[in-house]
Parts: sequence; structure tokens; C-alpha cells
Amino acid sequence: MTLRRPERSEAKSRDLFVRRQKTGPSAKLGATVGRRAFLAGAVTIVPFAAHATPEALAAVIKEVTGGAPLRDGKVTLDIPPLVENGNAVPLTVKVDSPMTADDHVKAIHVFNEKNPQPHVFNAWLSPANGQARIATRIKLADSQKVVAVAETSTGEFWSAHTDVIVTIAACIEDVT
Amino acid sequence: MANVLVNAPKTAKKGQVVEVKALIMHVMETGYRPGTNGRIIPRNIIQDFSATWNGREIFRMKMSPAIAANPFVSFSAVASESGTIAFRWSGDEGFLAEHQVAITVT
Repeated sequence: MTLRRPERSEAKSRDLFVRRQKTGPSAKLGATVGRRAFLAGAVTIVPFAAHATPEALAAVIKEVTGGAPLRDGKVTLDIPPLVENGNAVPLTVKVDSPMTADDHVKAIHVFNEKNPQPHVFNAWLSPANGQARIATRIKLADSQKVVAVAETSTGEFWSAHTDVIVTIAACIEDVT
Repeated sequence: MANVLVNAPKTAKKGQVVEVKALIMHVMETGYRPGTNGRIIPRNIIQDFSATWNGREIFRMKMSPAIAANPFVSFSAVASESGTIAFRWSGDEGFLAEHQVAITVT
């Protein structure tokens, strides 16, 4: 549907529209749905087939922790709070850990709230890393919460989260 | 063959924590975008990335479509011994790329 502005005067075009609505083949549809309601319906088309939701986020975090308590702290999630382009958002996760054989970070998981899938990445570390730090670039489809969860060798789970505002979302736009 | 860019120091002192950066050219097509014909473009991503130091795994990562195109990953490693750091990326449509860099530990 093209929403080109008609060159006729506003009143006349509305007049024409009403007449067409009454006589044209869509007379029946127009009578029951109405132009405004129809247009309103057209704008609310959801760009994704499926969305990760806050519930899905909670579910995948539980999958990782296995129900163990998740504590805030130790993890630093470095991500710009205001992102212009959601297609490549720099993200750094650091965990405060001595990274010794007895006490090290085993895994770092990053999740999001509103991309089509809640997973961003899972990474596995060992004392051979010396430092629990990962940097990468991610896609964000919407302004949302990003969560990082660190699993330590002692069986603890630490997390950090950041709210990110995205002005140009990833993967919604057409390739055209 | 995919274009790979790896940045790691050529020399390091034993026990030093070095930063390793790896970048690979890949579309990372999410599988959620419609193409020019209106149909969804099938997913084509790198799923697994791993790094080994003289054959010993030091880093492994499982990627999702939420990793940006041309995946960039940076991580740390303790310089243990001279040898090679090998990187391996694998993913959809039989994608496989490997790269090695040499490092001298003194």
C-alpha cells in the first residue's frame, strides 16, 4: 500500500474516498473495518516472528545456573548505554577473579531480553586465560537489557546487567 | 577461504597475560531477515570458535545469531610456552576456517 498524499484538496479527496467506499468492491470491508482502524492495524505488524521475552531471559539464565542463586557483583559488563547502530555493539565482560586452579571463572554467558533469541554467546575459560575478560561485538534488535552471567569453579554465579538504548535496530530492516 | 585477521604478540615473557584478538569475515546472517523477494534469508552463522595453545584448548565460545557480522573476539591467555596459537571457526553450511600464529615465550 502506498500512502502518497493526493494532489486533490483534502475535502474533495475525502469525498471521493467516501463515495468509492460506498460504491466500490470494498464497500463491505470499509463499512465494517473503517479506514482508520485498518491503517492502525497495518502499523502494528510485528517485525519478528518470535521475540525473546523477559520470561525467556529468566528461563535461559535458570538453564545455566540450574536454579543456583545468582548474585550481583564481580562481573563488569561494559557496553555503551546509548547505541546508534544495533548491528555492531561493542561489548566487554570482565570478571574479578584470581583465575587460579582453585578459583577461576569457568564460563561467561551473555543474554539479552528482546532479540529474537535470548542467547548472545557462551564462552568457556580456564586458568590458562590468566584474566577473565572477553570482548566482542553483538547485535541488538531493540532497546533492552543485556545480562552477563559468570560461573566460577567454586560453583557460584555472578551477574551484571545493563540497559541499552538502541536507535537503529539490527535485523529488522530489509536487505533492499 | 575466509579472511582472517589475528592479533597476538609475537613474543612474551613467561607467565605474562597476553591479549589475543581474532576477527573473521562472515555475514552472520541471522535467519530472521526477509530478503528482496520477501522470503526469510536462511540462517548462516558461525556457531563455534575455539583457540588452542600448542594443542591445548585455552578458549571456546558458542555464538548465536546475535553476534555481529564479521565476528570479533578478544580474550586473554597466559604465555606458557613457545609454540603456536591455533584458531578454528565452524558454523552453518559447512563453514570451517583455521588459522595459526606463532609466539615465542622467553
